[in-house]
Amino acid sequence: MLLPFVIWLIIFRYLPLWGWITAFQNYKPGIPIFQQQWVGLKYFKEMFNDPEFYLVMRNTLAMSLLGLIFGFPLPILLALFINEIRNESFKRTVQTISYLPHFVSWVIVASIVHAMLASDGVINYLLVQIGLIQEPILFLGEPRYFWWIVVFADLWKELGWNTIIYLAAIADVNPALYEAAEIDGAGRFKKMRYITLPCIMPVVTVILILSIGNIINIGYERQFLLRTPAVREVSEVIDLYALDYGIRAGRFSFGTAASMFKSVISLILVFSANRLSKRVSDYRIF
Amino acid sequence: MEITTKSFSLGDKIFDVVNYIIMIVLAIITLYPFLYVLAVSLNDPFDTIKGGIVLLPRVFTLDNYKEIFNYPLIGQATLISILRTVIGTATSVLSTAIVAYVLSRKDFFARRSMTALFVITMYVGGGLVPEFLLIRSLGLMNNFLVYILPGLINPFNLIVMKAFIEGIPIELQESAMLDGANDFVIFFKVVLPLCLPVLATIALFVAVGHWNSWFDTYLYCGGNKNLTTLQYELQKILANATASSTTIDYYSTLDPTRTMKVTPQSLRMAMTIVTTLPIIVVYPFLQKYFIKGMTLGAVKE
Repeated sequence: MLLPFVIWLIIFRYLPLWGWITAFQNYKPGIPIFQQQWVGLKYFKEMFNDPEFYLVMRNTLAMSLLGLIFGFPLPILLALFINEIRNESFKRTVQTISYLPHFVSWVIVASIVHAMLASDGVINYLLVQIGLIQEPILFLGEPRYFWWIVVFADLWKELGWNTIIYLAAIADVNPALYEAAEIDGAGRFKKMRYITLPCIMPVVTVILILSIGNIINIGYERQFLLRTPAVREVSEVIDLYALDYGIRAGRFSFGTAASMFKSVISLILVFSANRLSKRVSDYRIF
Repeated sequence: MEITTKSFSLGDKIFDVVNYIIMIVLAIITLYPFLYVLAVSLNDPFDTIKGGIVLLPRVFTLDNYKEIFNYPLIGQATLISILRTVIGTATSVLSTAIVAYVLSRKDFFARRSMTALFVITMYVGGGLVPEFLLIRSLGLMNNFLVYILPGLINPFNLIVMKAFIEGIPIELQESAMLDGANDFVIFFKVVLPLCLPVLATIALFVAVGHWNSWFDTYLYCGGNKNLTTLQYELQKILANATASSTTIDYYSTLDPTRTMKVTPQSLRMAMTIVTTLPIIVVYPFLQKYFIKGMTLGAVKE
């Protein structure tokens, strides 16, 4: 019974890896893979000589790092505070609401962001009303806002959801520790700081290392959906680069080279992160 | 229990109040964008352009929603969205369960290597372009199967499911075997019914994923009107709105003989609500399964 699924696995998950050899060929559709013309590292050289490639790497790293700076500590903080809510039904309601945006698609989130930031949108209206600005700002048409919009849209969507893992870890903390601290006269901040936080530290470490390992896997949906022609320079990330120059332009070998570059770097990062995780805490993912 | 009954200090009370305020603000920030979109979608489109809609529609109208029903392809897109969600979820959950069951069997000789074969794909993938070339050479372009096949088994779900099956007492399977049940009977009559909680959770995640996906439509079925999905139609409207600041371009994609009663922006807002609605409606009832799924995964990590 396993056989059909192993065949499926090999076709859909391993053949694309085999397809990496396309990156070393001058791919033309309709010719068997071994009769393609071999060109060696031509496309990689071309990519590394392309100034836009470095722009793409800069954008990828910038959005990843900004995402990490905000997206990593805030869920921990939020989880700590959610944990302090004493009223169980209020706690559940807060959790339910905060998880909701995780389940809507990026198309919807992008559509909402576009609407709210439009020149007739609510953000501009409020900013004008309180007198911060005179004229509506075209937020999505300004390159300098783009990274922040992407990062905050992501934060809005995933902040609540990302607390789940920490809340699960907090639930595992031994209650005797809190009781002991109370006898010693520790207040709530002290308990938070000296018991809850240290107890969930292993999970925090693993998540941090995993996020660092995924720094190049920034995805493309947010950038694809939020970008406008005016912000091209700051919105292009590696997958979009592969999409625009590989698939749309029909230069499949070049696109494969870009895709392969990303996969290999990501693999190296994830493995190093995992080794590091094994060393600093006993936690690891595989 | 003693902790909850003892009296709290003033500092504690202030902390509680501040914490409640933070949480309420957070809840508002989370929900407000949806309410804003709802307000705009129910407001007169030409009134919206003036700006200033904050929470409630100023000039109430259902025109935007009426216009959606005139929008070309909307029926087809809804149908395909539902079809891919239903068929995709059913096939994916069943396949995942079958593979998880086989890999959980201690008497299966290639158990470890096969599991590894699946797990590896969590960490390394071919990437966008090689996958595109594969789909094309398999002849799956503009084919409904492209929605179902490539994502059939998610290795993460597979591992969660396998761990769950391994947690079922093996005696149940053994006694069924003694009663003369073969592997299929054991799987369908013994293992599968016991897996219902985890099946439900995985099914929900897969279903949401199917409902929300648009990029595969864009990449593989963009030219085929019969295979369009709701998310993709919304994405097209969004792309039209962002690519051209002039609305004229946009109108030309619609039927030019009809006089336009709505603006692209308002139409998009109504469409956003329609596309989000299924999620919002089922979410409160099913959220405990969603969260269970996340913690199942968390335990594994």
